[in-house]
Amino acid sequence: MAESSTTTKIRRKEDASLLSGRGRYADDLPVPVGTLYAHVVRSPHAHADIVRIDARRALAHDGVWAVLTGEDVRKLSDPFLAAVKTPVQQWSLAVERVRYVGEPAALVVAESRYVAEDAAELVEIEYAPLPAVIDPVAACAKSAPLLHPQAGTNEVSVREFRYGDTAAAFARADRRIAMTTTFPRLSFTPIECYVVVARHNAAGGSYDVTANFQGPFSMHPVMARALRVKGPKLRLRIPPDSGGSFGIKLSVFPYIVLMALAARVTGRPVKWVEDRIEHLVAASSGPNRVTQIEAALTNDGCVLALRLDQLEDYGAFLRAPMPGPLYRMQGAVTGAYDIAHVDVINRVVLTNKMPASLIRGFGGPQLYLALERLMQRIAVELDLDPLEVIRRNLIAGEKFPYRAAAGALYDSGDYARAVEIATGDGRLDELKRRRAAARAQGRRYGIGFAAIVEPAMSNMGYLSTLMSKEAREKAGPKSGAVSMATVNIDPLGAVTVTADVTVQGQSHETVLAQIVAKALGLRPDDVEVVLEMDTAKDQWSIAAGTYSSRFASGTAVAAHMAAVQMREKLKAIAAKQLNVLPADVELSGGKIRSRSNPDNALPFGRVAATSHWSPGLLPESMAPALSETAAWTPQELEPPSRDDRINTSLTYGFVFDMCGVEIDPVSYQVRVDRYVSMHDAGRILNVTIAGGQIRGSFAQGVAAALYEEFAYNEEGAFLTGTFADYLVPTVSEIPEVEILHYESPSPLTPLGAKGLAEGNCMSTPACIANAIADALGVADVTLPATPRRIHALLERAGATGKR
Amino acid sequence: MKPRPFDYVRPDTVEEVLALLAEHGDEARILAGGQSLIPMLNLRLIEAAVLIDISRLAELDTIRSDGGALEVGAAVTQNKLMAWPDLARDFALLAAGLPFVGHFQTRNKGTVCGSIAHADPSSELPLLLAMYAGEVVLRSQRGTRAVPAEDFHKDMLTTAREADELVVTVRFPHPSDRRVAFREIARRHGDFAIIAVAAAAGANGAVTLGVGGMAGRPMTRAIAARDAASAADAIGQWAEELEGYDDLHASAAMRRDMLRKLAANVVAEVAQ
Amino acid sequence: MRAVKGDQKTRIALTLNGRKLAAEAEPRLLLSDFLRHGLGATGTHVGCEHGVCGACTVLIDGVAVRSCLTLAVQAEGREVRTVESLAAPDGALNPLQAAFRDHHALQCGFCTPGILMSFTDFLARNPQPSEAQIREVLSGHLCRCTGYANIVEAIKEVASSSHAPRSEG
Ligand SMILES: Cc1cc2nc3c(=O)[nH]c(=O)nc-3n(C[C@@H](O)[C@H](O)[C@H](O)COP(=O)(O)OP(=O)(O)OC[C@H]3O[C@@H](n4cnc5c(N)ncnc54)[C@H](O)[C@@H]3O)c2cc1C
Ligand code: FES
Ligand code: FES
Repeated sequence: MAESSTTTKIRRKEDASLLSGRGRYADDLPVPVGTLYAHVVRSPHAHADIVRIDARRALAHDGVWAVLTGEDVRKLSDPFLAAVKTPVQQWSLAVERVRYVGEPAALVVAESRYVAEDAAELVEIEYAPLPAVIDPVAACAKSAPLLHPQAGTNEVSVREFRYGDTAAAFARADRRIAMTTTFPRLSFTPIECYVVVARHNAAGGSYDVTANFQGPFSMHPVMARALRVKGPKLRLRIPPDSGGSFGIKLSVFPYIVLMALAARVTGRPVKWVEDRIEHLVAASSGPNRVTQIEAALTNDGCVLALRLDQLEDYGAFLRAPMPGPLYRMQGAVTGAYDIAHVDVINRVVLTNKMPASLIRGFGGPQLYLALERLMQRIAVELDLDPLEVIRRNLIAGEKFPYRAAAGALYDSGDYARAVEIATGDGRLDELKRRRAAARAQGRRYGIGFAAIVEPAMSNMGYLSTLMSKEAREKAGPKSGAVSMATVNIDPLGAVTVTADVTVQGQSHETVLAQIVAKALGLRPDDVEVVLEMDTAKDQWSIAAGTYSSRFASGTAVAAHMAAVQMREKLKAIAAKQLNVLPADVELSGGKIRSRSNPDNALPFGRVAATSHWSPGLLPESMAPALSETAAWTPQELEPPSRDDRINTSLTYGFVFDMCGVEIDPVSYQVRVDRYVSMHDAGRILNVTIAGGQIRGSFAQGVAAALYEEFAYNEEGAFLTGTFADYLVPTVSEIPEVEILHYESPSPLTPLGAKGLAEGNCMSTPACIANAIADALGVADVTLPATPRRIHALLERAGATGKR
Repeated sequence: MKPRPFDYVRPDTVEEVLALLAEHGDEARILAGGQSLIPMLNLRLIEAAVLIDISRLAELDTIRSDGGALEVGAAVTQNKLMAWPDLARDFALLAAGLPFVGHFQTRNKGTVCGSIAHADPSSELPLLLAMYAGEVVLRSQRGTRAVPAEDFHKDMLTTAREADELVVTVRFPHPSDRRVAFREIARRHGDFAIIAVAAAAGANGAVTLGVGGMAGRPMTRAIAARDAASAADAIGQWAEELEGYDDLHASAAMRRDMLRKLAANVVAEVAQ
Repeated sequence: MRAVKGDQKTRIALTLNGRKLAAEAEPRLLLSDFLRHGLGATGTHVGCEHGVCGACTVLIDGVAVRSCLTLAVQAEGREVRTVESLAAPDGALNPLQAAFRDHHALQCGFCTPGILMSFTDFLARNPQPSEAQIREVLSGHLCRCTGYANIVEAIKEVASSSHAPRSEG
């Protein structure tokens, strides 16, 4: 698929069912007869010792089958493996101590969810409250309460990295500019919550679980180990439809183990459907991060070197595959800028909050808030145009492929050109006029920019950067990222595709059908895509799943390769029947024919039938089945080098945003007046779907900038436990976004595509923060920039104004 | 998030409702639109032994307007009142404030009386009732009484209703005001207001201001709006008296500040 | 007077998408649970159970309401319509559904059934609404995937064409 399909508006294969109420989401699937329902009893305390659990009254309640506690879990399972070796143990239920509000402390299993909730109120848990620590900086203090005393510290991982000669660059710099940014806690809560249905077969010692887990499947061994079984004894099935994930549905894994144990204890299938209250308080969150960043500069705003100290707060436990967000951007820590020297300190801290994990953007929003706020500050302090500061530091077009200081290999791009188009077609001059006009009337209006690099398809080895090189050498190299897809053809010529992704609304079915149909000379409608996953029967690797934008540059490639393999096979089969050479065969319009004599043709289905019915007629030495699997791993994803350089991802797209915001003088709400987003995501596979992904991540970026935050008070009480307090924006709060594209195809992926679904989660919070800083003339903008925070900022400046 | 068990009764007449209320007292809850009650039940925030469903009672599903007042029965939904043909002409302030009550979908079920009985301090309808100096008509087996709005709303989620009483109607007297205005600030469209402000100017130029979200109940005050400066002074003083309160979305100082600005805006709007 | 004890299961009969159906339920059973697990109509989704997300929106006697804030017993004897009723028996999408498909107005599709039901009611009452009115009604729904823009476009198209869906669909 060489050319782009930017002009074709296609209909998604998945839509007709979803629009008719015929989706098959996790909670829609039939459950086995005799299924029981579970409800989780959760900690009301941020930090407390569990003194005693008395479940007698709950067990005496009609319809109750079992109550599980940490003691049961400790007997029947092992702690979860973690990516960082620490003496911290975590289980699917709290053992001896609770460490955040909402932490599962017991599980009630009953004949219905209603009854399970009734009985949960009868489970008596005596707690001895302990002091809690919520603030990540405070948690690093010597005097801070320890979450895991056996670890001896809350700061469970600290690594320092030096790329280039940062000290020398700082020594020769004209200026240094430093700032601190904090990225908030939030989650792009999908509308569908977690669902798990678990069965246990005592005779076979095996578990069979259906859950709306979304990968990465590197978690499968973690779950199997916790359940004390070999991998094949934990069969995990992912339903065909999913009500959104955005990374969040990775963190259903502790519940998969918990429900599996409940099924084992009760001898019955156990189903659990998480409710919204549980989801908000305990499902998962993106990590909050405090970044101290400092630039060494020339007087004209060129950044010679950077220092970053990134303190990332993972809540009460460091769950695998954490601290991913802290390392996912490691190779690209210098963003879109040509900066040769950078020192990085990565610190992981634990606090009494829900565990943080995978979330769309995955480390990008945190990094770019610091980097892009710094670029804006440089402009203010040096009295330069902020866009000029960005321009002066962007990587020049002729430097691609570009090896970034920390190891990322930026595959392609022309950032300056993209910025030029964005400011031109996006009408920066008009934005400036609007600002001038507003300011002339005394209104608070500001313009912000953000230039970011969007990585896609993670190197599975990037997390090993957090180990010392000695430890890495001992553990053996980790790298790569396998993608797999299979194309099958049935005796009538019907084509099906399976692949190692889970469904969550990104139109994978449609795009895979498009890719495979094209290779086989068919229409997308001729291709069935089956993406429900079954670890017992499907092809998968630890990289499987839907995360880190691995679809376009990974799975889509594997599907293309499998389809091409299939095409070559069909050509060979047909060549024999058409009496021509394979090189003369082409697949087109549902026919397989001679290129030189198109009338010499066979219907696609006939050729397929040959392989099924008459394997004897196949060319010699050809394997008979019409089933082609391709697995792909790009060579560029190498393990970390000895000096800690790491190519964290395969492709690197570019996003440039600019916006104008106005601060409402009465409501203190930030109103986005205009927003322009320029994307270079390499070759666009499908423009409609690309637009949908960009708008979706833009809305989430706006949410992070202005609305959504998991708020805790100092004692650790959770303040945003319903959708009335945790503010997911409605249509009224999401501004329009003007989307522009510039295509520099990736030379590293056969389709030339890069990722594009995370960019605005990374760029938009920074861009809006910069615009607010410009509007208010302040340095310190805390996100989300809620009216309460804006009011407090203006109050401090004595600028609320009593009209 | 499933409710605790409760008995359910759907009476056919108001008399039956009153008998049930007399029997169960505060063990019972009236179920009107359920848009506030059922979330609280689902969250297990409140107890209810018996739910008395009045949503289908035709005798309560009436909107009447005589010369004196608009009478809205307890089964009348917020959307039904919004669609009442003469609303914008005769009750302009109600027409201006109702669209701020939740969403189209919640107004399809939520009732006017239910919102007033529920008495959330930042709800629009209690504020609107106060602005009209309306009344709440309460019935029990002991009899019927009409309680003025200012006596009915006592504090957050607290009213003058006795446990055996049903709010049968609320009455909005025909206004004599010539100009009205309604504004509110909420975090998201359709959310409960941080503060909501209403103004009505009578023929003699006197302006009545009302605010929700500053205290445990809606507050009103007559303002002499001779000129913008004196109005601003009066509003400023009022804001200080009311103090406001802190919650996740706004501090008390911010509420006072919003009141000063919003009230000045609505006073200017009605003073033209 | 209809009275049901809290621990008593009672037979609740209603019309679902034109078909008379019944199942047993306690008074506290939410209509959303009754439709999905009692009557097997899983097209209606549940996203919050406190009235904010709108995923569970259905029509009762033609009016769009939150089924998570309605007790099953309250729907007794009523006409309930859900997303399953919108397409023709042969699967052909109605104009509103087709517009959602053509404008890529859904990604995961979890929020979609509720939105379709809200607008089935709203467009029947207001066949030619303004964009502001469309946005106002849509604000009663949360969607995490789309950023809403394409949903507004889809509804605008239906609203401006002559064939706004009637409540019979
Ligand atoms: C998403 C969402 C957003 C909302 N936004 C707003 C908003 O912006 N502004 C706003 O004001 N409201 C808002 N609400 C609440 C509003 O929709 C409710 O309609 C209203 O608060 C209660 O009316 P109801 O008829 O639903 O009463 P119910 O929920 O049935 O009852 C509420 C309380 O009042 C009692 N009660 C009801 N009727 C009577 C009566 N006749 N006599 C005695 N007691 C009675 C009940 O027993 C119960 O305690 C929102 C609700 C939701 C779900
Ligand atoms: S589930 Fe009913 S509104 Fe969210
Ligand atoms: S399409 Fe996924 S929530 Fe709306």
